[in-house]
Amino acid sequence: MSDVIVSLRHVAKRYVRGKQSVEVLHDLSLDIAKGEFVALMGPSGSGKTTLLNLIGGLDTPTSGEINVAGQRLDRLKAGALSRWRANHVGFVFQFYNLMPMLSAQRNVELPLLLTKLSSGQRKTNALAALTLVGIADRAKHKPNELSGGQAQRVAIARALVADPTLLVCDEPTGDLDRKSADDVLRLLQELNRDYGKSIIMVTHDPKAAEFAGRQLHMDKGALLESVTT
Amino acid sequence: MKYFPLIWATLWRRKTRTILTLLSIVVAFLLFGVLETVDYAFAHPGAGGAGADKLITTNKYSITLSLPFSYTQQIRTVPGVAAVTWISWFGAYYQESKNFVFALPIDTESYFQLHQDEFIVSDADMHAFETTRTGALVNTALMQKFGWKVGGKVPLHSTIWTQKNGALDWTFDIVGTFSVKDKTQQGAQSSTLLFHYEMFDEGRSFGKGNVGWFEERVSDPLQSAAIGSRIDSLFANSSNETKTQPAKDFALAFIKQLGDIGFIIRAILGAVFFTLLFLTGNTMMQSVRERIPELAVLKTLGFSNPQVLGLVLSESLLLCLLAAVAGLALSYTVLPIVKEAGLQGLELSAAALAPGIGVAVLLSLIVGLPPALRAMRLNIVDGLAGKR
Repeated sequence: MSDVIVSLRHVAKRYVRGKQSVEVLHDLSLDIAKGEFVALMGPSGSGKTTLLNLIGGLDTPTSGEINVAGQRLDRLKAGALSRWRANHVGFVFQFYNLMPMLSAQRNVELPLLLTKLSSGQRKTNALAALTLVGIADRAKHKPNELSGGQAQRVAIARALVADPTLLVCDEPTGDLDRKSADDVLRLLQELNRDYGKSIIMVTHDPKAAEFAGRQLHMDKGALLESVTT
Repeated sequence: MKYFPLIWATLWRRKTRTILTLLSIVVAFLLFGVLETVDYAFAHPGAGGAGADKLITTNKYSITLSLPFSYTQQIRTVPGVAAVTWISWFGAYYQESKNFVFALPIDTESYFQLHQDEFIVSDADMHAFETTRTGALVNTALMQKFGWKVGGKVPLHSTIWTQKNGALDWTFDIVGTFSVKDKTQQGAQSSTLLFHYEMFDEGRSFGKGNVGWFEERVSDPLQSAAIGSRIDSLFANSSNETKTQPAKDFALAFIKQLGDIGFIIRAILGAVFFTLLFLTGNTMMQSVRERIPELAVLKTLGFSNPQVLGLVLSESLLLCLLAAVAGLALSYTVLPIVKEAGLQGLELSAAALAPGIGVAVLLSLIVGLPPALRAMRLNIVDGLAGKR
């Protein structure tokens, strides 16, 4: 069990919108091993992003157990969950979600504001992360001065800078052209292979999913199949 | 401090809006600084040591009511009174009512004895004044203001005193000029024109034998209160009871005839800040509404709810403090202009500006708290989806 980084048992998630209650995940159980690169696939509304949010500690389940990086997330309160996220998960979003008024370097430094690192150390670490993703030369540029691929690399650097156990990526190539998408996917693959980062990636794109070591297919809130590539 | 670059950058996310909001707060605090200082000056008349040896005796019930000239002799007998003089309010302007002239009918000998070493008058000018019944000594600033020349005649219109022929216009011969030694009193004396009480008393059609108020110099300023009481006790239960007070209190009481200055100032400031609350509050709400996904990202990265609350509140605090400091600094620089413009009798103090910082903090909390609470309660999943 020590090799398992994500373990879900009988997880259900129900949303209440007005008078309507919708169950988007039903009795879902799943294990992901440490160092795995998993692609979550499925049609829109299948519950991929909800599952990703639960694994990343952004949301809590209606029922069931979620154990990630040795922590029962379903039992954590908001404050503890925030601290846990800061220490264990890096997030990459489809639209990069960078702070438009901050330079690439300052964006990458953001997670480090929650640590006790000095200003100098924060800067050094941010530049190291930007170097790792191959975009150190754009450190002083603001997001609107970067291409989509460059912005996503900055977002990946931000996700990596605090050295999290797990990278959670929600459609990381959904806004990129093929070449940039492949570059980003190769980078994720490299981070998984060379740095041992566990990665869970939601994608619609079968080509993107091929970069992962395992593909999980979902539909209507349930896991359909698991394919090792 | 480590969050400062983030807060600073966020503040300038929409430069134009931030600048306009800053400007509106700056103007509000400029007004606050000026009015609060004036209010402070009214509330603290004792500030400063000049004139501590001067007392003013007026009618007990109103400074607009006169007192018999005969009181002079009795006041002189009060132990501790070193000098006494008498004056009346002439209420004059030159040509137009906006050209106020602080014209005072004085008894030359006693007035200059009481105010010895306060005025700079050449011997020639003083001699000319003493020997010219219709003569006037005019402050050099007033001479310059109206372009008057020594040797010229100047007609002044009194708003109170008619001459025997019913005319309100009085003509004086400018025989000399004066200035004041104490530079801080320059403004207070800049509109002063001195002329002979004797001429005034003989020329007026009513009120003869009465004076507006008495001015006393005491030999020991520490005994001022006791001496004042002694003077007032002389005329207790008479038909013209008196009220003796320090000269500064008298000056302020004179200005306060305009109305409750404190209330007027607070009412103006209240209206200004009430409007500012809506303006700044709306700006802050709008700013946070636009940044919902960004705030959700911060939470995703591990910023806790209280930390996000703190960031938004800090932004509000920074905005208000920056503008308040700029506005108060500006108000401090314009204080001399305000003083020149008509508050010469007041000592304006920078100490009155200190509450402005407190007001800025309060303002930032009031306008910052609703959006900060909203940001704190923001659900990450909804926020990332751009839902408000």
